[in-house]
Amino acid sequence: MPKSVMCGNELTVYLSGDIDHHSARKIREATDALIQQNQPGVLKLNFGGVNFMDSSGIGLIMGRYRMMLLYGGSVKVVNVPDNLRRIMELSGLSSLNVFERSGEFCESVK
Amino acid sequence: MFLKEVVNSVKVLNEMTVTFESRSSNESFARSAVAAFVAQLDPTIGELNDIRTAVSEAVTNCVVHAYKDQIGKISINVRILSDNIVCIRIRDKGCGIEDIDKAMEPLFTTAPEEERAGLGFAVMQSFCDIVKVRSNVGSGTTVTLNKRISPRVGNG
Ligand SMILES: Nc1ncnc2c1ncn2[C@@H]1O[C@H](COP(=O)(O)OP(=O)(O)O)[C@@H](O)[C@H]1O
Ligand SMILES: [Mg+2]
Repeated sequence: MPKSVMCGNELTVYLSGDIDHHSARKIREATDALIQQNQPGVLKLNFGGVNFMDSSGIGLIMGRYRMMLLYGGSVKVVNVPDNLRRIMELSGLSSLNVFERSGEFCESVK
Repeated sequence: MFLKEVVNSVKVLNEMTVTFESRSSNESFARSAVAAFVAQLDPTIGELNDIRTAVSEAVTNCVVHAYKDQIGKISINVRILSDNIVCIRIRDKGCGIEDIDKAMEPLFTTAPEEERAGLGFAVMQSFCDIVKVRSNVGSGTTVTLNKRISPRVGNG
């Protein structure tokens, strides 16, 4: 189970390790369970602990984006490490306005 | 004559081949094995990350698409060529691709239900210098990735 914090209506999920097709499935199931439990308005995916990601991670973000949209909520992607920048840019996710700088109050509660 | 000289000038300096089953748990093994072999060229962390990512895409495609509901063999051949060029060939004997041009279009996927983003080939193209795909329906697919590793100062 990834570490998570609920703050106001914002659920932050801390992703870590390698995100590939193999690991994405468990991350997806755990994240979706947390969404069901907490019913947040904003889902914050914190990529700070992620060492590696291929396009499976893009599919993971897109899937959560669609799910949150269905609930009238939104997704924010924060703390993206340098080595994931290029794949994040290539994904076209920036046009969905999901990227946000980290370091706000909710994060420092941790 | 000229072509022959060009072909002859490409020397294979080192080579390795691994074959493994199309289990998703082998995806990380595959990209790590290739990265470990390429490390002899003293690539930058960025270059190594590019290779890991591209290999992960190609291998995942074998697992997810080529051998959709079965386990088959995936074979990776890596050659270090002269001029710091790495040539990686990922081969499966799975279902094959009907329309390669279409498959390579960004966002095209035949597995949206698995949350595939349709960006695998786009990532390979962005992270490597040359991407070639050969495929026959019913007999399998070979993806060839070429990338030149920047020579390091003091590299002998
Ligand atoms: N090795 C393969 N064998 C069979 N089909 C493949 C293979 N690689 C790719 N494809 C086809 O090409 C499409 C696009 O691949 P890709 O760009 O990696 O996107 P994704 O994997 O997200 O669908 C796949 O949906 C699949 O139909
Ligand atoms: Mg793919």
